[in-house]
Amino acid sequence: MMLSFKFGCIDNVLFFFPIVVVVCFILALRVLSSAETAKIGNRLGIVGMLAATFPSVLHAITNFVATHSISENLLPIVAVFTILLGGGIGFYVAKNIAMTSLPQLLAAFHSLVGLASVFIASAIFVAPQLFGIPETGATSFPVLNAIEISLGSAIGAITFTGSIVAFLKLQGVITASAFQYPGQRKSNMLIVLATIVMIIAFVVTQSPMLFISIIFASFIIGYLLIIPVGGADMPVVVSMLNSYSGWAAAGIGFTLENNALIVVGALVGTSGAILSSIMCKGMNRSLLTVISGIQQKNSTMIVSNKNDGHIKLCSPEDAGFIIKNAESIIIVPGYGMAVSQAQHVIRELSNILKLRGIVVRYAIHPVAGRMPGHMNVLLAEANIPYEDVLEIDEINHDFGSTDVAIVVGANDITNPAAKTDPTSPIYGMPILDVSKAKTVLFIKRSLGFGYAGIGNSLFYQNNTMMVLGDAKKIIEEILKTTKEE
Amino acid sequence: MPTIETLMIFILACFVGYYVVLKVTPALHAPLMSITNAISSIIIVIALDAAAVNSFQENSVTLSSWLGIVAVFLASINIVGGFMLTRRMLLMFSFKRKKKGK
Repeated sequence: MMLSFKFGCIDNVLFFFPIVVVVCFILALRVLSSAETAKIGNRLGIVGMLAATFPSVLHAITNFVATHSISENLLPIVAVFTILLGGGIGFYVAKNIAMTSLPQLLAAFHSLVGLASVFIASAIFVAPQLFGIPETGATSFPVLNAIEISLGSAIGAITFTGSIVAFLKLQGVITASAFQYPGQRKSNMLIVLATIVMIIAFVVTQSPMLFISIIFASFIIGYLLIIPVGGADMPVVVSMLNSYSGWAAAGIGFTLENNALIVVGALVGTSGAILSSIMCKGMNRSLLTVISGIQQKNSTMIVSNKNDGHIKLCSPEDAGFIIKNAESIIIVPGYGMAVSQAQHVIRELSNILKLRGIVVRYAIHPVAGRMPGHMNVLLAEANIPYEDVLEIDEINHDFGSTDVAIVVGANDITNPAAKTDPTSPIYGMPILDVSKAKTVLFIKRSLGFGYAGIGNSLFYQNNTMMVLGDAKKIIEEILKTTKEE
Repeated sequence: MPTIETLMIFILACFVGYYVVLKVTPALHAPLMSITNAISSIIIVIALDAAAVNSFQENSVTLSSWLGIVAVFLASINIVGGFMLTRRMLLMFSFKRKKKGK
């Protein structure tokens, strides 16, 4: 922008580019409203990104043509190689990653946006004049710019370490269970307060040491923010970090008065916020209780609250027999399906059942899995028809008229206690009404508790059969029995 | 300095984002996260300015340039990776529709 006078009439064209960028990105999100139109969303996004970077690229090219000297254009050349290297890594990773690793890959990507914002904010801080921010006497920044840049880098830093912790938890490098210690909330509040004080002090003094301290304190906040959150709350965390990466971009946009960045940051920020709120509603919890991990404390006490009813175990062969004789089946996938990569055998099984004239459908709970839409992607990967996969509101009233509900590696999202037991920690959470089906087949690794640490009364119900073992192996065996005869 | 106009743009964009994302079908929430992740890397524009374009002004390699180069590297992983991942996911969803149509 600041060097635009060199371009002459091309400048008039470039003037419209931010509008192209913004329109492309809004449409890219808009077409995701249906699977029919979604395909072009990605292309719109790519066009928008090319339009966004084009002015800088054009600038570098014109300068190269004008000077014809390698030494004077060293940095643009380095930048090109950096893009090729970074892009190559991104391409390789995204092309080869298994779809089951999707949540951790997204967490890793969010951490990169966070770290990039920190570096960009620092680049602006060390040389504000290069970015067209006027120097105002003794302090190098106007007050508002100082507020924006410190907030931008703080949010970026929180996103970075928060995403790293989320990544490590999802990848299983560190334990996914909630990590809590006494005085956790107080010490967290203390660090947040200290950071706010540092930001205020920075705005006044503009000291580089304070700027660095804010970034490091925010790194610590990001870590502390995510470390108490347990595995099944990850859908909230991943979408929250998605949101933060948007706000960080908007913060940088405000600092430089770059409207395209402000708009895109706001789009991404609201998108992540909506997803987190949908996930919270799916668990009937507030964002605050999720990120502070409050629920765990209650539930550890309730673990002892065992129901001593009778559990019916059932072999895969028997399960296969029940399934074969059903007319309608609803499959309820959960994180266990993702862990054992059972989606492909499930597709095989449902194909065979369909050939026998059995209606097979899938019921998706919003918080099933570890990120929003996790189950949908895995089922889509296994080529399970999009039309057979239904959301909770679309299918919940059909359980009553269904012969067999097969729960694959899910637990809390089917627990009737959410409706019947006001003392239960998950009371009020919307659940899939699996218990209303004529027969419930529960495929589960063990009789252990779900993530919420509470017993599921569904296990003891008369029409429930438990099939214990690895989901993929069990379904393979069920598949064998259905293939026989 | 944020003028009332930039704040206005920000607020309006939040509203647009809200109504657009609310319409996204839950089945496509994963691709939504992946594509928003890719487009939030639009900050690469500023990183490019820091890394390369600004050097024409100063005509020297500064600390700002190096910080910018690192940011360009991180953001470009994200952009290419994010779009690639979104493409893979969306292809999965559209593939079955075609098959069904046959």
